[in-house]
Amino acid sequence: MNNEAIKELLYKMADDQLILGHRNSEWTGMGPLLEEDIAFSSMAQDKIGQSHALYQLLHQLGEQEPDTVAFMRNAGQFHNCILVELPNGEYDFSLIRHFLYDTAEALRFEMLKQSSYKPLAELAVKIRAELRYHTLHANTWVKQLGSATEESIGRLQHSLEKALPYALGMFEPSPYEADLLSDRIFEGENALREKWMMHVEKVLSQTQLTLPDWKLIEPVYGGRVGQHSNHLQPLLDEMSEVFRIDPTAEW
Amino acid sequence: MYGGGNTFEGIKTDSLAQEDPVKLAEFEARIDRGEKIEPTDWMPQLYRKQLIRMIEQHAHSEIIGALPEGTWITRAPGFKRKLSLMAKVQDEVGHAQLLYSAAETLGKSREQMIHDLITGKSKYSNIFNYPAFTWADSCFISWLVDAGAIVNQLANAKGSYGPYCRALDRICAEESFHLKYGHHCVIYLAAGTEKQRQMFQDAINRWWKPMMHFFGPSDKISAHTEVLMRWKVKMASNDDMRNQFLDMYVPKIWELGFTIPDPNLKKNPDTGRWEYTEPDWEEFKRVINGDGPCNKERLEVRRVAEERGRWVREALKKPGMAYVTPLA
Repeated sequence: MNNEAIKELLYKMADDQLILGHRNSEWTGMGPLLEEDIAFSSMAQDKIGQSHALYQLLHQLGEQEPDTVAFMRNAGQFHNCILVELPNGEYDFSLIRHFLYDTAEALRFEMLKQSSYKPLAELAVKIRAELRYHTLHANTWVKQLGSATEESIGRLQHSLEKALPYALGMFEPSPYEADLLSDRIFEGENALREKWMMHVEKVLSQTQLTLPDWKLIEPVYGGRVGQHSNHLQPLLDEMSEVFRIDPTAEW
Repeated sequence: MYGGGNTFEGIKTDSLAQEDPVKLAEFEARIDRGEKIEPTDWMPQLYRKQLIRMIEQHAHSEIIGALPEGTWITRAPGFKRKLSLMAKVQDEVGHAQLLYSAAETLGKSREQMIHDLITGKSKYSNIFNYPAFTWADSCFISWLVDAGAIVNQLANAKGSYGPYCRALDRICAEESFHLKYGHHCVIYLAAGTEKQRQMFQDAINRWWKPMMHFFGPSDKISAHTEVLMRWKVKMASNDDMRNQFLDMYVPKIWELGFTIPDPNLKKNPDTGRWEYTEPDWEEFKRVINGDGPCNKERLEVRRVAEERGRWVREALKKPGMAYVTPLA
């Protein structure tokens, strides 16, 4: 089995979960209502826990300890898509990003349950079960706010248009696509994107939001190869502020 | 559990003269027998008013208390601390939700309570008007501020108002984990490098004064609360709670090799009570009335969050619906 291909896949998934988990946690104490503070915190805990489990798999493949990998790399060494590193913005943007991202993640881990790489297939079962609540949450809120007031519909529409190019960046092709497919580790980013589009269309069709023509949306790539927006490094600086006081210390 | 249900202001008992004496006697007899008062039961206006004030301030303390600790979620060193602190602060926000529901059973809506918070009309625990500069400050809060609050909450959980007691039972169960988390963080700082030890010593030096203020003014100068004690609204005197806290935690702090910035702090072997330098109650009053290091910042964050979230709350309303009556 191609270890480099597996590592590339694990790194991008783990980094996605870590960075979006971190962003979700920024809603603590700031949500539009207490119940949403609590919901975003739950999702943050799940995502960061999932990233830890994925870094553990990487550690088993010879990479460094999860704490070192997460807290000691610089932006150029991260493989997350740019979508997850963008600032939270207003609640409408955070919600739309959560919807677009978690729809993809739920499908990704559903596919990975069949992975020939057994440790990942086993982990995917657990993660997929947790993500069920994330998509339930996203769909409920998108349907509610996407059909409620003029302001809520307008805000969600605006954020949808802003987020979609970055959302397509989630499926940035990997140099190992062919290896992953032939080794039956993962069906590939293209197959995932096709399924994702159908799910997004289905949910949005139950709202008053308008989905632009897919063909007219230019994907924003770069995150998977370490080319990030200028929002990632400040996030990492903050995240590792205490850890880097003394990386050999136990906290 | 951050704040604790405390009311430090004086009360006016004039309204008691207008209560039906027969109902009032029956109400007090029920409390004497250890019965709980439920939302639809008869209660004196003063009892209702004091409970709303106390539970509401407790709820506010939970959400405002989430701010100084919440800042450290994004900076927590390592996965273990990051995950634990997120869960801990989430619990606190959940406590606010429970407490607002308990207060709503007495007739004041959550919207109205939050309005009174951000307009400065109602108070929250004074200690959160001080800044958490370092990771060690957040550890101080998780361990010792929570410990102080537990002293207060365990007492209040034996009070007379059913919904508040039930909320506190749940809250106290979760709090016991917070205390373990905070203590664990502090043990690692204590057993760590010189820099880590110094971080926590500095945190103690910064936080000791607000910690001593936490339980409220000395009994010698605090407002008369006999009627609230009789009705089991206030369950222990400020000095008794402070003494209980010192008795439980000063030895633990000393055991870890840290010092406490009060040369007069000692337990009197004859009385069994702790002696200490009298805290500066003028500063306490100044800070609780709005003039502390972080009062403006804390309320501003809350105000901005409320303002930014307004469109979401509007989009949830069904026609003709003011708010949902809580189940407590």
